[in-house]
Amino acid sequence: MAIRAMWKGVICLDSIRIPVKLYGAIEDRNVHFRLLHRQDLEPVRQFLVNPETDEVVPYAETRRAYVTEAGDRVLLSAPELDALEPQPSRDIELLGFLPLHAIDHRWYDRPYYLGPDEDSADFFALADAVEEQQVEGLARWVMRNKSYVGALQLYQGYPMLMSLHHAEETIPVEVLKPPEGPALDKRELGMAHQLIGMLESEFQPREYHDEFRDHVLEMLAAKAQGKQVKKRAPKPREAGMDLTRALEASIRRARKHA
Amino acid sequence: MRKNDDTSRIEEEDEEEQEQPRAFWSGIVAFGLVSLPVSLFPAHRSKVALKMVDARGAPLKRQFFCEHDNRPLERDDIVRSYEVEKYHYVVVEDEELEALEPKRSREIDLKRFVPLSSINPVYFERAYFLVPDGDTTKAYRLLAKSMEDQQRAGIATFVMHGKDYLVAIIAQGGILRAETLRFHDELRTPEQVGLPQRQAADKKTVEQMRGAIRKLTHKRFEPALLSDPQATNLRQRIEAKLKSGADVLKAPEEPAPAEAASNVIDLMQVLKQRLQGRQSRQSEAKRPAGRGKPRAR
Repeated sequence: MAIRAMWKGVICLDSIRIPVKLYGAIEDRNVHFRLLHRQDLEPVRQFLVNPETDEVVPYAETRRAYVTEAGDRVLLSAPELDALEPQPSRDIELLGFLPLHAIDHRWYDRPYYLGPDEDSADFFALADAVEEQQVEGLARWVMRNKSYVGALQLYQGYPMLMSLHHAEETIPVEVLKPPEGPALDKRELGMAHQLIGMLESEFQPREYHDEFRDHVLEMLAAKAQGKQVKKRAPKPREAGMDLTRALEASIRRARKHA
Repeated sequence: MRKNDDTSRIEEEDEEEQEQPRAFWSGIVAFGLVSLPVSLFPAHRSKVALKMVDARGAPLKRQFFCEHDNRPLERDDIVRSYEVEKYHYVVVEDEELEALEPKRSREIDLKRFVPLSSINPVYFERAYFLVPDGDTTKAYRLLAKSMEDQQRAGIATFVMHGKDYLVAIIAQGGILRAETLRFHDELRTPEQVGLPQRQAADKKTVEQMRGAIRKLTHKRFEPALLSDPQATNLRQRIEAKLKSGADVLKAPEEPAPAEAASNVIDLMQVLKQRLQGRQSRQSEAKRPAGRGKPRAR
């Protein structure tokens, strides 16, 4: 049950060129609803409207505006924005290589599998070389009029391009000051460490399942057959307690469950 | 890529246009019996926020219309439906979806702590900063310090805006982040994609590639490598226009409608304040934590 490649490119490593195919590694499993007009159950459409005049503005006639801090608007037309779009290209340019994990979770966006296009010998040689060097590559490419940066990694031994967030859209943790307050209590810190230790395990992704999605789909199926849908009332939360007592009680509880 | 699903497209556009930094969710992080009231703020923002305007620069809003009689619709006139089978739609009320939410949907209960390095990059979906909400930051700082010392991430599942989330809470520089994780069944396996098995490669070619890799290997990662030339170009273009005054509409004298001035408040500014326990009036969660109005998903 193979899927189709979404894009074809060429990895450029120094003077070596390796043709590849890109495949989406994520399957959309969200429940998608369609919006209807409540009264006649007809589908709805969204249009852009000038709120002053209630006039509908066709998409082709719209412009974009950048609003400054003072509230001034800088107008940009579609041709202007088009001219700023990156040049189309098939190149996946490798800018550099980094030790594994040098790029962390702050940057990860969306994974794409890579497969060989035409000749596969060089493709597998690249996978071997990346594996043996214990590195990941940093790549730049243009796909569907958008510029991408990504990490060339191996996932279960298969080459993958993990697209990354651009620096401009990522808020650097370094510029944020963490919450401050009086020094932490050593004993409480010790208990927190202990509690984390007691609740420790490996990450088991297979243990987690989107149960809410299942419930939504079950409810929809029941409704489709004309069944009455049950309603559940939410339960209020317990009140908080003092930090030391809460930690002690948590450790006792974790022990019991261990 | 999603066929027959115009609503998802609308949502994507909405997200791009949403400039005002707001708490995405507010609730409790539970660590044993310790609870930390927190709000979630996005850790990413649009590179250059642009608003949709008409040819003369008047801000536009999105409005739903009935496809049948072209009547403009308010949010309350709209209802969700789901295509159970082809052409067979079931109407779903918000209350019906809410009733399915588990009792403790306002809580991220950290039942498990895992080595940070054991979460494969493919699972990470979206990043948020956790800012403390209560009168004290003690429990927040305690959890952040303990997790960071031990390089552990807390794992939990919870429901937010009518969707189940798997989340990893990670401490970095004394700040807690919530990284939503993809469920395992959202990931395609190499077999599902139909990728060929790795084959033995020619030793000489591998050696040649290793040489090229060595030449390009950096010791340290520089975020500047991830900068987007397009965003820089766009910024420069905007700067040039501001300088020359061409295509610039001055702000009206009377206070502008909230709509026009909304992208002035910077996410960074909001985060800086909220991390120090200061509420900024503009950034308070306007959206109730549950599912407010029908929203395409």
